Amino acid sequence: MSKLQNFSGFTLKREHIPFALLIALIIFLLVVPQFFGDYILYMIMRILMLCLLALSVNLLLGYTGLLSFGQGMFYAIGAYACAKILMGMESPSLFAGLFGALAIVAVASLILGFLSIRHTAIYFAMITLCFGMMLYALLEKWEGFTGGDDGLMGIPRAPLEIPHLFSINMAPLGNYYYFVLILSLIAIFVFYRLVHSPLGLSFQGLRDSEQRVSFTGISVMKTRLLCFVIAGLYAGLAGVLFTPMEQTLTPVVSHWSTSTEPIIAVLIGGMTFSGPLVGSVIYFIVKDVIFRYTIYWMLPLGIIIVILVMTLRGGLMGTLQRGVLPWIRSRLSGKEEQ
Amino acid sequence: MSEILRAEGLTKYFGDFLAIDGVSLSFESGVLTSIIGPNGAGKTTLINLFTGSLRPSKGKAYFKGKDITRLPTDKRIKEGISRSFQIMTIFPKLTVKQNVQLPALALFGENRGFWAKADDHSSVAEWVEEVLKQVVLWEERDVLAGELSHGDMRLLEMGIALASKPELCFLDEPSSGMNPGERTKVLELIKTLASKGETTFIIIEHDMDVVFSLSDRLIVMNKGAILADGEVGQVRENKEVREIYLGEEV
Amino acid sequence: MFLWLIAAGLTLAFGVCGVLNVAHGSLYMLGAYFCFTFYESLGMNFWLGIVLAILCVGGVGFIMERFFFRRLYPEPLEFQLILTFAFIYILNNAVTLGWGTMLLVPRMPSYFMSTVAVLGRPFPIYNLFIIGIGFAVAVVVWFVLSRTWWGRQVTASASDREMASALGINIPTIFTTAFIFAAALAAFGGALTTPVRVCLPGTGEGIIVQAFVVTVIGGLGSLKGALIGAIIVGVISSLCTLIVPFFELFSMYAIMAIVLLIRPQGIFGGAA
Repeated sequence: MSKLQNFSGFTLKREHIPFALLIALIIFLLVVPQFFGDYILYMIMRILMLCLLALSVNLLLGYTGLLSFGQGMFYAIGAYACAKILMGMESPSLFAGLFGALAIVAVASLILGFLSIRHTAIYFAMITLCFGMMLYALLEKWEGFTGGDDGLMGIPRAPLEIPHLFSINMAPLGNYYYFVLILSLIAIFVFYRLVHSPLGLSFQGLRDSEQRVSFTGISVMKTRLLCFVIAGLYAGLAGVLFTPMEQTLTPVVSHWSTSTEPIIAVLIGGMTFSGPLVGSVIYFIVKDVIFRYTIYWMLPLGIIIVILVMTLRGGLMGTLQRGVLPWIRSRLSGKEEQ
Repeated sequence: MSEILRAEGLTKYFGDFLAIDGVSLSFESGVLTSIIGPNGAGKTTLINLFTGSLRPSKGKAYFKGKDITRLPTDKRIKEGISRSFQIMTIFPKLTVKQNVQLPALALFGENRGFWAKADDHSSVAEWVEEVLKQVVLWEERDVLAGELSHGDMRLLEMGIALASKPELCFLDEPSSGMNPGERTKVLELIKTLASKGETTFIIIEHDMDVVFSLSDRLIVMNKGAILADGEVGQVRENKEVREIYLGEEV
Repeated sequence: MFLWLIAAGLTLAFGVCGVLNVAHGSLYMLGAYFCFTFYESLGMNFWLGIVLAILCVGGVGFIMERFFFRRLYPEPLEFQLILTFAFIYILNNAVTLGWGTMLLVPRMPSYFMSTVAVLGRPFPIYNLFIIGIGFAVAVVVWFVLSRTWWGRQVTASASDREMASALGINIPTIFTTAFIFAAALAAFGGALTTPVRVCLPGTGEGIIVQAFVVTVIGGLGSLKGALIGAIIVGVISSLCTLIVPFFELFSMYAIMAIVLLIRPQGIFGGAA
């Protein structure tokens, strides 16, 4: 048996290590506000939102084989819906903004999904891009409703409250940070269950052999639509979380450049479960670093993407999973056979 | 013995090209039928019409008395039809077990579940194990389907088709590209399953040994129409058939 | 009319090489910038400036295809698309680094300075010139593609890659040359517009949208379609500016979306 057997009845196996690391990470994230200032909190929140967006892209791309250039669209819908709700209420409530906006995102993704999913591959990519830009154009010009180019400002960071039960003031960034963190962790956990579930399996079936899927008794269109809606909800959630944090909002959130960031993150990290998460972190940090050195951040970013696409097709985690982890495993099983 | 499948005047045009010319057929359950014919005779097109991959230009199709002419493919699978493909359409990035899990989950109505793990359903897991053992791929259940040998892939191909517990199963050239050893395996498998009586098989084949050792009924197609149809021994003696297959040792 | 030039290049790149080059607009922008440099800063002849610009951008196109796109042909199209987005980033910044962020306003060559009365309104001769050139190029391109040996190879490869290579056509070279040709068209468009438009980094993005709409309407891969599409888009764009100046960009995208939804192949396109 493994040399690591120590606690009575509990064997610390090597498979448990990733899980232990995860717990450590979560604990770290929970105590961050005690030790670090607002800027770090801000950064972590932005990373979490990018993670959600990246998961959204990967659900469509890595698991179902559909590349969407328009997830920024649902991000924008979530953000603007939340903004309008919070600004429109007499005494704004964060829950109202959250659930109200998500409901709107769900409806939007149903409608847009219904239109988009009939097409595949390049046409799907183009339609999603198109829809995203249509929204961008709309947001820019509809000054009365969306503030046009200047966007919306002074969006309240509403308290988290259930009337007559409790009310938590969200003005201190630390409080809002916990809200974002907990929601994101829940969302990531749900995503994990989703992709390992039968539904997740049917998504992967669509990616591998669409023709065959209908022959297993599963409706291709319905499954695609489900995927699209769920992905839309994740992107929308990111947007909803963004608005109260930033308190201002401009149409750029619907531009295709916003949609490409999560795609890059997925490319960096790989199209696995954790790939988009790892990729988001790396992307964000790299971009931040580049930004400090030069305003010409597009150039190195573009070069990095080029390198990525040309070489690491599986992304970091993908290459890890294919190359490094099996190597570790084979060493392990080799040991146990002795 | 009851009628399981019926075609009435099925016709299919591709542009100006007449691929299927008013075919009317009736199939009884429990009777293993082989469809043979030269390339381009329309065999696969006919299967496509029965399974819903193509819609007929004219005519109707009935499954157990129900009109399935306009029914989408996934609904036909739920009714009890299934098929294996000549060109392999397995799921290469999924494991063997997962390949079979997909139709199994759909069979038990569990394919929309998004919370529990795919492995968790016990009745599904039992059925998956049974199917995999039938096609002798249980040992390879955690291997990625894309990494199987050609012969094993064909067995998996059949496994996926069988996992939806079909009453009617179309096999499109099930032994194509196999060596004699593998071919025997497949033959035995089909014979065993057919004798159980739960599934009726309709097979497209080019290999005459397979055809004559398995089939009860033989249909010969040519140019989109039925040339001959009847009991195997009978059709063997048919003059026209022998002409079409000139050179084949019958 | 120069919209057609760019759309033609885009549709050619897609039809032949299967590359949906979103960075095509950036090539257009490069063409304009190069021409500006040769014409304004170096004081060369306007025509010479155009030719040199085309050559330079053609070179860029060559690099793009030969070293990058070529490697990605066996991969799913999505990766190529991402790559082209990366190129936009790179080219945008490259332009800013090379030419600065300020608007550059070139001057009109003297012989084009006058206007002509059309429908009672003064119409710059240069615009007429552009329209004329547009048609002339259309004819030339048609001629090249259908009559010349190279052109026919290109069309053959576009319709059936495997068959063409079986016939001994050197596919990689054809692809490279076709792509260079497409880039040249874009550069030509860019260079031509130098006297009438300002040079600004990011013009690539504006034009690629319109080029896309045109290509989609006309059908990806069809030059005829691109021409018709350009005319349609031009007309609708002008109408919109007159009637609903508000929603010009929106309606542009809306049209594209409608076409994509109903008939993704466009008017003349091949299989979807």
